[in-house]
Amino acid sequence: MDYSKKISKQVAGIPRSGIRDFFELVQGRDDVISLGVGEPDFATPWHIREAAIYSLEKGFTSYTSNLGLLSLRKAISRYVDDFFKVNYSADSEILVTVGVSEAIDLALRALINPGEEVVFHTPCYVSYLPSIALAYGVPVEVPTKKEDNFALRADMLEAAITPQTRVLMLNFPTNPTGAVMPVDELEKIAQLCVKNDLIVLSDEIYCELCYGEDEHVSIATMPGMRERTILLHGFSKAFAMTGFRLGYACAPAPLIEAMMKIHQYAMLCAPMTSQAAALEALENGEAAMLEMRESYHQRRDFVVGRLNEIGIECHSPGGAFYVFPDIRKFGLSSQEFAMRLLEAEDVAAVPGDAFGQAGEGFLRCCYATSLDELKTAMDRIERFVATL
Amino acid sequence: MKDPLLKLLKSKARFSNAELAEALSLQVDAVNDQISQWEGDGTILGYQAVIDDEKAGEMGVAAFIEVKLTPERGGGFDRLAMRIARFDQVSSCYLTSGGYDLMVVVEGQGLRDVAQFVSEKLSTLDGVLSTATHFRLKAYKENGFIFETEEPEGRLPVTP
Repeated sequence: MDYSKKISKQVAGIPRSGIRDFFELVQGRDDVISLGVGEPDFATPWHIREAAIYSLEKGFTSYTSNLGLLSLRKAISRYVDDFFKVNYSADSEILVTVGVSEAIDLALRALINPGEEVVFHTPCYVSYLPSIALAYGVPVEVPTKKEDNFALRADMLEAAITPQTRVLMLNFPTNPTGAVMPVDELEKIAQLCVKNDLIVLSDEIYCELCYGEDEHVSIATMPGMRERTILLHGFSKAFAMTGFRLGYACAPAPLIEAMMKIHQYAMLCAPMTSQAAALEALENGEAAMLEMRESYHQRRDFVVGRLNEIGIECHSPGGAFYVFPDIRKFGLSSQEFAMRLLEAEDVAAVPGDAFGQAGEGFLRCCYATSLDELKTAMDRIERFVATL
Repeated sequence: MKDPLLKLLKSKARFSNAELAEALSLQVDAVNDQISQWEGDGTILGYQAVIDDEKAGEMGVAAFIEVKLTPERGGGFDRLAMRIARFDQVSSCYLTSGGYDLMVVVEGQGLRDVAQFVSEKLSTLDGVLSTATHFRLKAYKENGFIFETEEPEGRLPVTP
């Protein structure tokens, strides 16, 4: 059978993920130090795992409300109020999802009519462009620059907005650059969203992992923004719970209701075991989270210091657990650099162009790996660049 | 543990001062000075490896001994507790609240060693009212380290 004729054009039109190609190359090799992962190196704190086990022991294995357990939504409401300083009703303004990934898919499908434009900043998380395309939207990229520490500039955003623009997607701190938004620039962006009547999808999954003096500020807190923001957050990064697959969306009730329409048929509800674990994370997880954050902070400083010492220019990113060093001076493409580094020294780092063309000339290195491994990796990179 | 240097030392005591400085983005000289100061003023008492005796083929035994004491005017339990703590066989000694006064951890080559220590040294001291000895059967966790052999399946090498 000619299966190519059986696959929808929409899906067939989506290119293979650059990360997947690289993954297959790395997997065939032993003794690789990988800076290529996008998740914490910690296991989920034991008290959270134990809460999941307890819920299984007690036989809590049923469906939950489509929106998620009310007790969890109440805890999320308190947490969001406390951390982001925005209030959402547990009854109608919070939807518990299978990771932020599902929430992004739901939001885009709920908001976009075919042909409408979605603006997002690049380099960005690999799912944004395909998710927009799968929702029949038109993706519009706004590149961010090293000179701006990869923050989004309001003037560049403004230039990308057209009468067809419906949605702006934001992700700060950013995967893959670790960028955070200066508050004054974020305010200008908020004004643009109000002026152009845009809905903002704000993916703030890394927001607890900020290392600067300033607290994380969500665009949802800015004037006129709560009514037009879908705030997306989850448990994967700050609480080291990637495998639990649990996230949530906070937004005005009509938007949550629209997302829920898709979620209830496509997913029904998020897994109950994960919801029980998430509740424990919110109620008692802060100490373990702060501990992990401190450890990332130390490792960020180490890696940024070493890379610059080696002669690879690398700004100190404000958040997440990635650094995004500039490798342009070596005259190799990101792909070539990453391949040759892997072949010569068995260090895996993801080529920047996997996160969009704006990432070309850069490399994403995740520092959520043990200090011993980071040290060896940096020594190997030093040896490698000396041969270029 | 608030101080990042002390905290790192708790798990990486074998790091050289240069490695500690590198890990915390500090100056080596500052680390040298700070550690010397702590060693001098007794903040840092010593450095130890945490060893799985069974794997190391050590057949030694350990016992946890609850000790009731008569407190003394002036010093309470301190004089007697210090006197007990100074025996080489005692690896740890704590004053505790609850049904007894001291928790004494004793290590020896075999049951006889420990029994002898308790009957001849510990319980014969003036002021020791009673002892109750619990032998260790198996260790699950020590000084923050879990005795575990199975490695969980690792993360995928490359993920988005």
